[in-house]
Amino acid sequence: MALTKKKGYGPADPKRRRALKEMAMYAAGTAGIAAAVTGFAGQSRSLPAETLRPPGALPEHDFQSACVRCGLCVRACPYNTLKLAEFGDGPAIGTPYFVARQVPCEMCDDIPCVVACPTGALDHSLTDIDNARMGEASLVGRTACLNMLGLRCDVCYRVCPVIDKAITLQLTHNARTKKHTIFEPVVHPDACTGCGKCEKSCVLEVAAIRVLPKKLTHGQIGEHYRLGWEEKNKAGKELVPGVIDLPDRLPGGPSDIEPPSLSKIPGLGKTGVGQ
Amino acid sequence: MSVKREPGVEARQQLGWFKANQWLLARRATQLGFFMLFASGPLFGIWIAKGTLASSMTLDVLPLTDPLVLLQALIAGHRPESLALIGAGIVLGAYLLIGGRVYCSWVCPVNPVTDLAAWVRRKLDIQKGWNLKPKTRLWMLGAILVAAFISGTIAFELINPITTLYRGLLFGVSWGMATLLLIFLFDVFVTRDGWCGHVCPVGAFYGLVNTTGLLRVSARGRQRCDDCMDCYAVCPEMHVIAPALNAADTRDTPIITDIDCTACGRCIDVCPERVFNFTHRFDQRVDQPPAPKTMTARSHLVTAA
Repeated sequence: MALTKKKGYGPADPKRRRALKEMAMYAAGTAGIAAAVTGFAGQSRSLPAETLRPPGALPEHDFQSACVRCGLCVRACPYNTLKLAEFGDGPAIGTPYFVARQVPCEMCDDIPCVVACPTGALDHSLTDIDNARMGEASLVGRTACLNMLGLRCDVCYRVCPVIDKAITLQLTHNARTKKHTIFEPVVHPDACTGCGKCEKSCVLEVAAIRVLPKKLTHGQIGEHYRLGWEEKNKAGKELVPGVIDLPDRLPGGPSDIEPPSLSKIPGLGKTGVGQ
Repeated sequence: MSVKREPGVEARQQLGWFKANQWLLARRATQLGFFMLFASGPLFGIWIAKGTLASSMTLDVLPLTDPLVLLQALIAGHRPESLALIGAGIVLGAYLLIGGRVYCSWVCPVNPVTDLAAWVRRKLDIQKGWNLKPKTRLWMLGAILVAAFISGTIAFELINPITTLYRGLLFGVSWGMATLLLIFLFDVFVTRDGWCGHVCPVGAFYGLVNTTGLLRVSARGRQRCDDCMDCYAVCPEMHVIAPALNAADTRDTPIITDIDCTACGRCIDVCPERVFNFTHRFDQRVDQPPAPKTMTARSHLVTAA
């Protein structure tokens, strides 16, 4: 008793040893639990393609830092479109989603789900439902689509709430009959809200038109790409003066091909490729 | 030794079943009441509170948000809308005023599950167990906040049994509710009062909020205590009783001030001597020891009657 200074234990004190050991144990346990929960959270971040978030949902990563899984958006939805994800549904447990083929978004003018969201996981700056981007329709089943077969179905086009903007019918020649027209449904990403009404109403057994998350429908051109016709407009003149004379591939075979006249390309001249 | 003493039996014999269970009944009614605020909508079409305990809207005017869930959202990097901030402020304010862990005993839906587990454990007379420290929950709280930070998501909400249970019951029964079975088994077979008393990070958070609350249990009648130990047998946070009940100094406060006390009032119910009572934090009254039971005292009573 008298030997202990203040309250601490000496370095070789078994009590101190035990306390340190216990501390290390708890710290290790904590780290383990934190790692497990973090791992589970990471895994839960992948959203299956057929599950869509409500209108105004932040990008998936931000959404999961914001959504408290309270279900107020589900309660606010007048059409029972939204569901809270259960274990095994795909989206992170407890977060709201909908499946277009089951119940699509009816695109309410007052967007009650967004208004109800207490945290802003559904962005309150979305006030015009036409600006919602829940996903993007895409005619993934082109070969099964009745319109593409040359028939007139047009259902996806007709039900689209943004008709003639999000989906238009593009007329092409029917090569099979040689005398009819194919009315191809074409989706325009700048107007499609991803409500899913087209997918819901597609008359096929398996919908030919599907609403997919934006990240799956978007192509993006390389940063370094320059489109000649746009650059030409910008510059106001031809960027490559003169015509590059590429070889003409004629039926006669390779021997008929004349080598390209590289001399016409500025900068290459006589010391061109292969010399 | 004699036959094992069953806590609460003596109180029941002396005071009657109702009086020996009144706070337990009040708690169950409150827990059910909170749940029905949410469930009356889906069940009967009478919408009072919408949402869950994570965040709710009552009668379209009162927003409430769980401050711990919101704290995780903040740590995960989200800047919430004012609605959630106001809601969390109201909840935090209310619990600072009443007492943080009142949530655990009077609102949280996991409480009946772990109470049942404790009862089963007593019935099966399981003594030994894994001796976790009550402060484990602070480590757990740290763990879930770290997980929120690293993952950038409200990670704990994936497994939080409280909101899982509410969500499961209000929005459709969910497999996630299996966690409650795990908690039940953990409490029965592994650690006494394991989840609520040692592990739950939500309880840890509300414990930290439990420093100012007015609603407290007082061992006001501690002079009458005959050391039957019934209160210790039923208390989910055993360590909180001693400083007030077995105070070294008679001038020590009779108020149970430990932040772990959930103000469940079970000690009040089971005490045949009526040692405990609900009161406010500043009530320092202690009953004087009873006058020795002499003949004169008794005859006084008789004459008075």
